[in-house]
Amino acid sequence: MEKKSIKKARILKNEALTPKIYEMILETGKISETIPGQFINLYCKDGSRLLPRPISICEVDEKSGNFRLIYKVLGKGTEEFTSLSINEEIDYLGPLGSGFTLETTDAAVKKNAEYKEILIIGGGVGVPPLLELSKRLKGKKRVLLGFETESILVEDFKKVAAEVSVATTTGTEGIKGTVMDLLEQREYMPDQIYSCGPKGMLKAVQTWARERNIPSELSLEERMACGIGACLVCTCKTKEGPHEADWNYQRVCKDGPVFNGEEVMFE
Amino acid sequence: MRNGGKRPDMAVKISGVELKNPVMPASGTFGSGKEFDEYLDLNRLGMVVTKGVADVPWKGNSTPRVAETYGGMLNSVGLQNPGIHHFIREDILFLEGYDTKIMVNIAGRSIEEYVRVVRALQNQPVDFLELNISCPNIKEGGVAFGTDVDMAYQVTKKVKEAAKQPLIVKLSPNVTDIVAVAKACEAAGADGISLINTLLGMKMDIKTRRPVLANTFGGLSGPAIKPVALRMVYQLAKEINIPIIGIGGIATWEDALEFILAGATAVQVGTANFRNPRAMIEIIEGLESYLKEENIDGIEELIGAGHESKEENPC
Repeated sequence: MEKKSIKKARILKNEALTPKIYEMILETGKISETIPGQFINLYCKDGSRLLPRPISICEVDEKSGNFRLIYKVLGKGTEEFTSLSINEEIDYLGPLGSGFTLETTDAAVKKNAEYKEILIIGGGVGVPPLLELSKRLKGKKRVLLGFETESILVEDFKKVAAEVSVATTTGTEGIKGTVMDLLEQREYMPDQIYSCGPKGMLKAVQTWARERNIPSELSLEERMACGIGACLVCTCKTKEGPHEADWNYQRVCKDGPVFNGEEVMFE
Repeated sequence: MRNGGKRPDMAVKISGVELKNPVMPASGTFGSGKEFDEYLDLNRLGMVVTKGVADVPWKGNSTPRVAETYGGMLNSVGLQNPGIHHFIREDILFLEGYDTKIMVNIAGRSIEEYVRVVRALQNQPVDFLELNISCPNIKEGGVAFGTDVDMAYQVTKKVKEAAKQPLIVKLSPNVTDIVAVAKACEAAGADGISLINTLLGMKMDIKTRRPVLANTFGGLSGPAIKPVALRMVYQLAKEINIPIIGIGGIATWEDALEFILAGATAVQVGTANFRNPRAMIEIIEGLESYLKEENIDGIEELIGAGHESKEENPC
């Protein structure tokens, strides 16, 4: 069996979408099987920044295998990425992690294609991986997106979803408020929820889904080191049984980043 | 031409056990190898060193457990592990399928806890034990044993009495006199010393104005600590008569060679595995090429070679 290793990708695009959020397209030269919700490790050229930066995959081009990434500038490493020029090469590893479960959804869709209603809820830089998910999911998709001031990817979602609603906390786009305010605006009763975004938002989505007995899948974010499940720094708490004390740590990078919404324990 | 184009001998011996080469992962950076199986051939490693295991499951510390620093990283995992019985069922069974040696890293909060783990391993197909008395991330035990000469002696002695396999004691750099601690372990019967574990450190988040790590302090690893580690290996090499396994910021074959020249019989690669899952393979190949180019028959010739006829200058 051929062993996996760090590969080089050529940068085809690296542009600011907002002052802090960038879009990067990587030419990988090969098609790898990618599940929505997975991420890749991107490596800094400056060796003093040792650790890879895990960046979620926003879209995969079916024909070329190219990755579209959306990343936020959060520190020196992501700042370095913004300085990379077109045609420059960057090291990456992946796709990594366990993504959303399309299979069960597809099976469910086959059984009940007309009525499957899916609610996709994204916040901030949690929004990008939901685009590839929206592309691949069948059924009737409604998308709720929340941002601080400026939205991203709204037009892309409109191409693949039945409905797209936007909320911004400043009120500059869509309604003034959060995705939870969008949820309250009308009576949603989806068959399945998928969500990715900040912890506070995911916790609210989890509670909302639980109260209505709707299955959910949540994609989490945590500081990582290796990205391949070895170092145990990016753990999250998950339920292991009916009692308070029945919990365990799972690895966000390997067992996740996508978890069954029923299992995740937010602190 | 001494070796006439033959493949150089990469094997080294520790306590009578031959390793096919001197390169192995540092405990806690490699799980038990399963996660790396898709990135490298475990059969090529001199040894696999497993993540620290205690007598019962430990959940570890809260997150964030990691922070990057200049040329290094801090971790405060806190020895999360599934306990020795689960470990034997899953991890040893997995590793048995490979043609490499196995060293199990042992964690504990008390001498009794360490001894329980060692007893459970007595009849297991394990080649070495590595006694972790240097983890800075747990409150009781751990590093408390590694920073006190008498306690280091006591725990090494008790564990050695229960051990069926050669015992390597992994030491902390967070001490005033590393030589005294190592000598105590040697006197208590240790078969080897591995060092260094991480250096205690911290990082502040200037936005939240709070420590980044949930545990406040964590262990610093990576290239940033290499000079300190190398100095300690060099210091010990002159003072003790048991083999030393060098650890600390090794990311390239050149780094590994520096440790061997300083007196290490073998080396452990830690944080570098996080940046490049194939780092150890590249180090093994690099060392082998070096021996070939330099016409050196075997790597053992280089162990401690950096000490020869060097004048001491204790400024």
